[in-house]
Formats: sequence, structure tokens, C-alpha cells
Amino acid sequence: MSNTPTAEVSTLLAPGTKAPNFTLPMAPNEPFSLSDLRGKPVILAFYPADWSPTCGDQIALYNQILPEFQKFGAELLGISVDGAWCHKAYSENRKLKFKLLADFEPKGAVSRQYGAYRNADGMSERALFVLDKDGTIAWSYLSPIRVNPGADGILEALEKLPK
Amino acid sequence: MPSLKIAVSADDHSEGPQNAPVTLVEYGDYECPHCARACTIVKRLQKHFAKQLRFVFRNFPLTEIHPNAQSAAETAEFAAAHGKFWEMHDLLFENQERLDAGLLQELARKLGLSTPALSMALEEGLFTERVSADFSGGVRSGVNGTPTFFLNGTRYDGSWEFPEFLLVLDEAVETASRTARPGK
Repeated sequence: MSNTPTAEVSTLLAPGTKAPNFTLPMAPNEPFSLSDLRGKPVILAFYPADWSPTCGDQIALYNQILPEFQKFGAELLGISVDGAWCHKAYSENRKLKFKLLADFEPKGAVSRQYGAYRNADGMSERALFVLDKDGTIAWSYLSPIRVNPGADGILEALEKLPK
Repeated sequence: MPSLKIAVSADDHSEGPQNAPVTLVEYGDYECPHCARACTIVKRLQKHFAKQLRFVFRNFPLTEIHPNAQSAAETAEFAAAHGKFWEMHDLLFENQERLDAGLLQELARKLGLSTPALSMALEEGLFTERVSADFSGGVRSGVNGTPTFFLNGTRYDGSWEFPEFLLVLDEAVETASRTARPGK
């Protein structure tokens, strides 16, 4: 393997940065704004695609451990470039209990804003952000695209948030 | 690399010597087909490494996708309270394709355990907390699906197919013995 990266490496928005606000569909014709969650810690989970097997595990895992996030009063949002109808079908199929947002039009605009977009693939990175209740990024993590990052980093970041 | 946040202790279900050079911890789900396959691989590894390997099993039931995983895990804990953890663990994986309430009773009977006591334990959730504690500890340690293995406390993301896992464990045994006898 060569040491020179052939593909560009994404640079995520760093801790301390104000999380850019956005409005994306959470269901067909139902817009949702990040600012609606002001006052609560927020977890943003960018992921490459609905239905792909690794995400399946990651999304299934997060669905299962949602109560652990809720202990911190935190809200989880999943974001990918899939359309709202695709998210709806996926969400129903997997019985998801958290919102999936469609970064679909203009494609990947929010992912790009957060530095979590893969130009070469036209998909979001597998990237995690924890925002404090005032909407400032407290922690961010870029996972290798094929590795399910688990939730230990998220929980550690939530634990460290000022009460 | 994520690491085990809950140290292996006497509360764990373990096989192999406490001072074995390698401790392998698995977070598993009795309804997960990959875990059932991993179970047979781990058995072969235990046979191969004998006293050099300590194996620990912890519960990580993904109940959102596996509706019978929780009661199966609680049944294994019930069996553990009567000294039959590993027997029940093996039977649950061997009979995974018909993991329902009836099977749990049948397996308890097979191991000479009281079936009314099992029913009561499941109904009253006697072992629910124990299973949830395993689960929470797993989440905090970076368990990212089932099975997830920790090799001497560090999450192992490589292949757990027998030939590959054998080599990795071989190396871990060697490293551990080198550090145990410095200056050699």
C-alpha cells in the first residue's frame, strides 16, 4: 500500500465550532430543523447509505441503544443522501425509533457543510458529531467507511458535556 | 482501538485458567446466526490452546431484531445460578433455529433444572438486570455488533474465521509469554 492518499480525506468540523443549522426532510414533505432541538444534546450520525450491510449493523445498534442516549436527554439524527421515501421504507422495515434525514436536494449539501461528504462516491462519510445543548460541536469522529464505529465514543462525549 | 471498560471478574462466566496468557471476551446474542457459528469456532480454539486460553461470554441481546434473544440470555443466566451456564449456552446455540419459550423449558428439563423455577425467573425478570448490565458495559466498551471479541482487553476487529483467529491468538500467546519472561 502506498502512503500517498489517492482519494481526498474529509476534514470534519472540529469541536468548538458552532454546528451549522440545516433544514432537511424527516419524511416526505415534512421538514425538520436542527435548531428545533436547541436545549438538548444532539447526536448526528452521517452514514453512506440505507440498506447497506455495515450501516444496517450500525443503525440497528443505535436503534437498540437509543435508551442509553436518552439517559442524557440526547436526540439522535441519522443523515444520508437517500431520499425521504427511501428513508421511510428503510425506517419502517427496521422499525427505527429515531429520525432519518434526507440530505438529498441539493445532494449532500449538509454533509458537505460538516466536512462529511465523499466526493468520489457521492455519499456521506461515516461520521459522528455530538452537539451540546447550545448547538456547539463537542466531539466529532470520522470512521473508516467500512467500520461500524459503535457507540462508546458518543457515550464518552455525552458524559463529558457540562450538565 | 476501543477497550474493555468492565474488567473480567469472578462474576463472569469463564472457561480456562484465570492466569492464562490470553483472555478472549465475547459479547454475543443467542439468536444471532454469526454468534452460533462463532461458538463452534471458539470451541475449536479452546481445544487447540487448552490452558493458554481463558474464554468469557457476556450477553449482548439485540432485542430490536431478535425477539427471543433476551429470554434466551436470561435462561442462560438462570442455568448459571445452578452451575450449568456453559451447558445451557451450548444448547441455546445448537438449537438456535427454534429459540422460543417451549425450547427454553425443554432445555431446562434436559439439564435437570426446575422448569417452574425457570418460568418464574423469566416472568419476574430475576436476571434482566444482569443481562442489561452486560449490555451497557458492552456498549461503553465499543461493542459494535455481534459477535464482538476483546483480545486481552482490546477490541478485535479482524477475522474470526478459524485459520485467521488461530494465528492471531497464537501471536497473542507468544507476546504474552515473552512479556512474562523478560530478559530472554
